[in-house]
Parts: sequence; structure tokens; C-alpha cells
Amino acid sequence: MEKRKNKPVRMEEMRRRIRYLLVFSGLLAAFCVIIVLNINTGNVHISVSEILNILFGQAKQDANYSIIWKIRLPRVLMAALLGGALSLSGFLLQTFFANPIAGPFVLGISSGAKMVVALTMIVFLKYFSRVSSYTLIIAAFIGSLIATGFILLMSRKINHMATLLVAGIMIGYICSAVTDFVVTFAEDSDIVNLHGWSQGSFSGMSWSNVKVAFVLIAVTVVITFLYSKPIGAYQLGEAYARSAGVNIRVFRVLLILLSSMLSGCVTAFAGPVSFVGIAVPFLVKRMLNTARPLIVIPGTFLGGAVFCMGCDLIARMAFAPLELNISTVTSIFGAPVVIFMMLHRQKGRE
Amino acid sequence: MMENAYVKLQDLTVGYHGKPLIRDICTEIQKGEIVTLIGPNGAGKSTILKSITRQIKTLGGNVSIADERIDAMENAILARKMAVVLTERMKTELMTCRDVVETGRYPYTGRLGILTKKDKEIVDEAMEAVHVRELENQSFQAISDGQRQRIMLARAICQEPEVLILDEPTSYLDIHYKLELLSMLRKLAKEKKITVVMSLHEIDLAQKISDKILCVRGDRIFCYGEPEEVFKEEVIRELYGLDNGSYDPCFGSVELPRPEGEPRVFVISACGTGIPVYRKLQKENIPFAAGILYRNDVDYHVAKRLAAKVIEEEPFCSIRDEAYQEAKATIDSCQYVINAGVTIGEGNRRIAELLHAAKKSGKICEWKEGSGGWKAE
Repeated sequence: MEKRKNKPVRMEEMRRRIRYLLVFSGLLAAFCVIIVLNINTGNVHISVSEILNILFGQAKQDANYSIIWKIRLPRVLMAALLGGALSLSGFLLQTFFANPIAGPFVLGISSGAKMVVALTMIVFLKYFSRVSSYTLIIAAFIGSLIATGFILLMSRKINHMATLLVAGIMIGYICSAVTDFVVTFAEDSDIVNLHGWSQGSFSGMSWSNVKVAFVLIAVTVVITFLYSKPIGAYQLGEAYARSAGVNIRVFRVLLILLSSMLSGCVTAFAGPVSFVGIAVPFLVKRMLNTARPLIVIPGTFLGGAVFCMGCDLIARMAFAPLELNISTVTSIFGAPVVIFMMLHRQKGRE
Repeated sequence: MMENAYVKLQDLTVGYHGKPLIRDICTEIQKGEIVTLIGPNGAGKSTILKSITRQIKTLGGNVSIADERIDAMENAILARKMAVVLTERMKTELMTCRDVVETGRYPYTGRLGILTKKDKEIVDEAMEAVHVRELENQSFQAISDGQRQRIMLARAICQEPEVLILDEPTSYLDIHYKLELLSMLRKLAKEKKITVVMSLHEIDLAQKISDKILCVRGDRIFCYGEPEEVFKEEVIRELYGLDNGSYDPCFGSVELPRPEGEPRVFVISACGTGIPVYRKLQKENIPFAAGILYRNDVDYHVAKRLAAKVIEEEPFCSIRDEAYQEAKATIDSCQYVINAGVTIGEGNRRIAELLHAAKKSGKICEWKEGSGGWKAE
């Protein structure tokens, strides 16, 4: 009797696990395919066997060798890292604000980071004639924190979610306006740089960029993963999380720091990238059919990586040799998902 | 023998943003007792509960469980002692009912919150205790309010608390679920010795389920005690500021105000047959008299609150002249007499005389149940 009672749960658990397994293997497969595609397509086509030879064999250091090692590989790795970071940052913000439409771009956090980075770049280039990636990351992190701080201040006064989003969008516009303003008055030589960067792009990534981004993002992601338990408790709302024993004050600060770190990192290296933070967590959660942070955190990261590498491939190849902004491509794919999501939610409420 | 109090509120002052709302709450609660907070809207019932659960800071005094002050307790320790069920509706996403219940195991799981076999068994048991096992794989968003409340109760149970705090657990529930939920609480309190502190709007239910009642009004506790002490007409009247309608401590029910004025209809009834007639007349706003009623008749208790005039008699006595004459005089001044149904026996033979007299004067109406009509003749 006891056994029969327990059977449906075990079945359900099995079903869930199989689903997780399928989704993760699917994402991993997509990850591998897109990495290869990213490396072998471009102005110069490089065959898969040659890639393997260059990466793992002892190929001679010819032009293709440099293209792969110096341009394509760091770029694709960076797209993967930053895409994952951006998606995860979106997931954290959605949990924090209990709103699936929250994300670093929509709430103006990316624009805040962009503004501080632009200011920092101009000041540093003027007085020190160089600026390290660390400086830019710190600037982006501070910018993210400032923007998030504003949102938090407003969320105290405004309880309504839609209004909060409008506030976020306004902050985004203000920050973008300030950025445009300073770009206008920047030195000619900086403008090209700044302008390209402020539109968002994964191009021109060096190995040192990759290393820095990898270390920062890896640490942040691991910490986030270790906090899946309180994140899960927080999904039922602050009051229940508190009654389960979560130290809400510490947890809230931590969540903001983690998401700012992730989105700041992305903005520092690639500029603001739109919609990834909303669309990817949404899609991944639907695919996994769960909101359990323990599963969703790695899933979202992987999904974001695949999504951004794919978008970067399209950005490079669609009108080659012309290159599109990464945000152009992510918007084309991300925005419809968000629209679908809103319609879907409306339906669910009826 | 007096047990030592398990949950103690000592000079507790609660409020928001440093402004005290209710001061100096002193209460001792035994293990396994159900204590219900009642009082008008906005009196601060939720504020007290939120302070006890540390959702908001207390402004003075303290709360202790088993002589241990909760403000000094670590989050994780308190979470194992106290669970909550709140009123607010939650927006969950892609969570099954089982997922929601499982969050109750939070204080017991490790770093990543992975449930052990034992945790899972406790979750199973909790869901079975509140009869929601069959819902476990359904989405939490897709179930009804009553089911949702039971899921939240299962969640609280699997937290294995010693104290359970519920803020208006019966709101949004229909009467079936209300009774079911409250009987579950009763069971938890008596069988598992869980101390239950909750707020309720339904004073009739509060009277029936609680061991102690805490009345909240104004900036102090209005009164605290066993239901028998608290549920008196004067107390309830003052607590809720009832100037319209009345409260009957006998049935724990409330009545709307009676129609005022000289009685126009005389209702003759016994053993409960009069109650539907009274209600109908009250709804039509027609003042009426009721009689002759023995004081132990159920009609008498209702008539006392609804009729403009009640002619009464001592139980188990033959109807005496005074009552008879008064009834006769009242009938003369009324337009109609309604016979709601009365059995004539030795003691109340004179009611037959009243009916006879009324018939002769053409004032009598028969009451037909369900027809809604009493002007039948």
C-alpha cells in the first residue's frame, strides 16, 4: 500500500530528471555545434579538421592559426561567457523583483553601467592615455550598482511592477542621453571606439579580456549557485523566505551585488546587450519546466551562452563583411519572446 | 496543575516605523493551545502576528518560546520552531504544489537545499495530513484558493514547528474549506501539541475553535481570556463598536438590526418554526411581535433580537393570565397574525384560544414555507 502511494512521485521525479537530462544534453550539443560554426565561418572558411588540428595538433603558425587563436576563439568564448552572465543576471533580477520581465537592460542597469564606463573611458584616455579592463569593469560594476540603487529606491515607493519597469526604462534613457552627450564631446580618436562599444559588440576581444572575464564570472556564478537554496525560498516571497530562516537583508544585498557584477562585466567588455536577460531565462525555465534555482542557474547560464554565440554568429555573417551590433540581433530574437511571454501571462491570468 | 506557559508575550509593543500601535501586550500561552486574535479591521491583529514572526521589529518588550527570547534566536533556529501561513497571494512560476510544500523543509536541508529521503517522507506525510497528496504534481497557480491554503498549511506542517502562526487563514475560503481548515488546526494542536496563534474575522468560528481569545482594539489589548469569558454580548458589542445589529453569544451569531416601530404583525410559533418568519419580516422591514414564547424555546432567542416585542413565559409552566392578556392586547393592535406552526399541549392550551380569536377577527395568515408569502389569506 505504502509503495503504491509513493509511486506517482517517483515517476514524476524520474520524468523531471529525464527532462533535465534531455535539455542539458541538447544545450551542450548546441553549444559545441555553435562553437565550431563560429570558428569555421567567416571571411576565411576554415574546415573542421583544420580547426581540430590547429587547436589540439601541431599545425604550423599560419594565417588561419592566427585567425583562430587571436580572433575567433577569444571572441566566441567571450560571447559564451558574457551571454551566460547576462542571462543569469536577468534570472537574479527576476527573482529579486518577482517579475519575469525584469532584466538588466529593461531596468536601465546596463545603461547605468554604460554611462559610468563611458565617463571613465574619456577621463582615463585623456589623462592617462590608456585604460585597463579592470578599471572598466569596476566602472561598469559601480554604474550597475548606482542604477540598481535607483530602482530599489523607487521600488520602495512604487509597489506596482509595471510602473517600476517604466521607471527602469526612464533611467535607461537618461543614462543613454548622458552617454551620448559625453561621446559627442569626446576626442575624435575616442569616438570611434566609444561609439562602437556603446552599441554593443563582441568583436576585438583579447585573451587577457577572456581571462579576466572568466575569473570574475566563474566566481560570481559559483557563488550564485551556492545560494540557490535561499533563492528558491525567496521565490515564495520575502515573508515566507524570512520565516524559513533566510536572512533577508544580507540576501537582498548579495543578490544585487551578484547581478550587478554579472551585468557590469558584460557591459564593460561588450557594451549593453538587450533582451538576453529576459528571453533566455524565460525560455530555459519553460524548457526545463521548473523554476528550481539549482537546475535553472546552470541551465540559464548555458542557454545564455548558446544564445549569444548564435546571435554573434548572425551578427558577423548576416551581412558580411558588414557587422551588425549584437543588440540588433538579440533584439530580433529576444523581443518576440518577451512579447509572447506577456501575452502568455495575460492569458494565464484569465 | 498549572503548566508553565510555552509562548510568552511580555510587555510587547508593536507598530510600524517606530510608531507604537498596540502597547504592553502580556499574554501567556500553553503548549498545544489555540489562541485567536479578534478585533475590528485595522486594529493591529496582523501587526502583532508580524511582530511575533519577526517580520517587523518589535518596539518594546519581547516574545519568548520555552523561555527563550526569539529576538536573540538565530534565523535557522527560529525557523525550526515557528512556521507561518500568510494571507498574501503569491505569484509563483512553474512550481508544482509539491515544490511549494518542499520549501518548508528549508531549515533542515543542507547548503544546496537538496531533500533527503527522510525529508521527502515528511513532505509526503504533511501533504497527506491536509489531504492534498493528489495535487502534488499540479501547478500551484492552477489550483483553487482553498487548495492553495491547504498547500500552505502542509508547507508549514513539514517545517515541523512547535508554534504555528496564521494570519486570517480563512479569508478567500468558502464555508466548507473554512471548517475543514479549522478542524485540521484543532487536530494539529491537540495531537501534535503545536501551539497555534492566528487571527480570524469570523467570530462565530473563533469562539468554537479557540482555547483563548485575544481581543485587539485601540492601543491596548481589549481583553484576553477563554471564549466563555470573552464572547459576551457587551464585550463583542464594544470590541467591534456594534451600534447596528446585535451579537448572540449563545449561537455565536450576529443579527442585523430589528425593524423599529409599533408591531404590525403578531407571530405565533414554537420550537423554531418562527425563525424563518422573523427573518422574512425583518427583511421586509416590518416591525412585529412574537409570542407567547417559552424562554427555553429557540424561537425566543432569535425573537429577542429581531422582534419589536416578545411576550414570554417561564419554561414548563402553563401560560398565565398576564402573558395571555398582553398577547391578546398586542394582537388587537396588530394588522395580521401569522401562525408559523405550533403544537398545542397541556401547558400552552391558551395559544389555541389566541389563534381562535385571531381567526374570528380575520387577521390570521398561514405561513407557507418556501413560498415566501405570508399574506396568503
